[in-house]
Amino acid sequence: MKNFSGNVLFLDRSDINTDEIIPAKYLTEISKQALKPHLLEDLKLSGFDSRHAVDEKNVIITRANFGCGSSREHAPWALEVNNIRLVIAENFARIFRQNMFNCGMMAVELPGQTIDDIFKEFAGKETHLETDFENNLFIITADGHHQEVSFSISDFDRALVMTGGWVEYADAKY
Amino acid sequence: MGKTIAEKIFDTHRVDMPAEGIFVIRLDAVFCHEITTPIAINDLVSRGKDRVFDPDKIKVVIDHVSPAKDSKTAMQGKILREWARRHHILDFFDIGRNGICHALFPEKGFVRPGYTVIMGDSHTCTHGAFGAFAAGVGTTDLEVGILKGVCTFRYPSTMKIDVTGTLPNGVYAKDVILSVISRLGVNGATNKVLEFTGPVVEAMSMESRMTLCNMAVEAGGTSGICWPDMKTVEYLWEFIKDEYADKQDALNHYRQFCSDPDAQYEQVMEHDISHLEPMVTFGYKPDQVKPVKEMSSTKVDQVYIGSCTNGRIEDLRVAAQVLKGKTIRDSVRGIVSPATPKVFRQAMEEGILKIFMDAGFCVTNPTCGACLGMSNGVLAEGEVCASTTNRNFNGRMGKGGMVHLVSPATAAATAINGYITNSELYKGSP
Repeated sequence: MKNFSGNVLFLDRSDINTDEIIPAKYLTEISKQALKPHLLEDLKLSGFDSRHAVDEKNVIITRANFGCGSSREHAPWALEVNNIRLVIAENFARIFRQNMFNCGMMAVELPGQTIDDIFKEFAGKETHLETDFENNLFIITADGHHQEVSFSISDFDRALVMTGGWVEYADAKY
Repeated sequence: MGKTIAEKIFDTHRVDMPAEGIFVIRLDAVFCHEITTPIAINDLVSRGKDRVFDPDKIKVVIDHVSPAKDSKTAMQGKILREWARRHHILDFFDIGRNGICHALFPEKGFVRPGYTVIMGDSHTCTHGAFGAFAAGVGTTDLEVGILKGVCTFRYPSTMKIDVTGTLPNGVYAKDVILSVISRLGVNGATNKVLEFTGPVVEAMSMESRMTLCNMAVEAGGTSGICWPDMKTVEYLWEFIKDEYADKQDALNHYRQFCSDPDAQYEQVMEHDISHLEPMVTFGYKPDQVKPVKEMSSTKVDQVYIGSCTNGRIEDLRVAAQVLKGKTIRDSVRGIVSPATPKVFRQAMEEGILKIFMDAGFCVTNPTCGACLGMSNGVLAEGEVCASTTNRNFNGRMGKGGMVHLVSPATAAATAINGYITNSELYKGSP
């Protein structure tokens, strides 16, 4: 199972699409590693510089409808090769969400109010998130701040995370 | 209790239910192109699972970058070509016979009412126009589809869009779907099937229904879907005539894939288009839509007519009607890309390509190319394009470029004028 804890990157906008996560011109790459420098390259967000923003980050917290647009699994791969394996949002585009779990990664939905509270409390601070997978708990900490947030994922999604993805699961079962 | 089309299809294709509300369904067709499939192939090979569940149900095309533009895209084509050969996949469409997947595969009769279809391409929802459940998926889902012929989806809830009224002259399916997306928002149909019904949809050709369903994903929808009717039968007849006594017999069979009168919808939205005007997007999201006349001071550098949304013969005919006897503005680069070889040939035989060329358009071979900024019409920084495609995302047709989504009629008129313009086919709302 992958590691779902680490430093948090806050992206304060809804509807971040897969062209912004990884532009189409890089879809001709055949290795996942080649995507690494181009993550979030076309994201327009005030004060955001993709060349440095993702360094040492492992978790993204963002708003609604993250990953809309194209079906490209290059979006989760571009996150994964940058050591980001968990995205937390109010909700996700269907294909992106499924791609994440199919790769054994996590796309976790939290209520809009909770996301709002997390942004108010932590955005702009050096923030760490610890995932307690057994107890469905995120422990978020920053200088002097501490918050525990419970989450839920389906048993099926949990099974995909634990087996490492959909290919092995499906080939064994169907 | 009655069922929607999508529910009927799921209930007859169910293989497993690994969690409450999660269905593993059997697939009738798996479509593949050269952008998302080669990585799936390489992964299957590396896992020692280089197999296919049924070579007759896998349909393959090279369409996104064709002809190959560099050694990377050439390698993607090579991997796909060699894989199709070694697994005896006969329906493989290489250069000379290739076209944009969501125009080519319907044309070949590969989608039928009641089918389940996946492809590693978000605009797979297009094929719902035939009364099928058709959804875009990522590479891992595609990989398992190829290997096992199954895919996982949430049991579908359906949003019914009842399109009522009479479509004004000069207003098209593209304007209808842009207006629907502007009402729903880019997240308004996430995890839902969009079922298009009503007199306007019944009156539409299969091509127009494909335009509607094509953009369901721009509102977040899993699949667009239309009820099969005599138009569906007529479109498919050359492929199905040996299976049925006559067209009525085929229709009687296909009617089982219409929603029941007492089906339960998550939401029903009436959408009266009697006063709809030609529409255009502004900004970087497909739900940012306004009437063309409100954007008339917008100068364009390029006009692109083509794609899985609007590159079919009906689209080219409308554009040619606007362009006939005219020339496009000097400051505009006009590019038209017929979506398939059949569309190209028809357009040639009907004199449509001549009209485009006389007007000053460049005619390209069928390919997805410019729509996603891959080839054949990439924008430079700061350039503006009126385009009949489906996405106006930032950077979509080239870094720093601006895309305004329009119908083929509006695109043609805009090419002539140099500014975003209504076509003369539109006389104002009644």
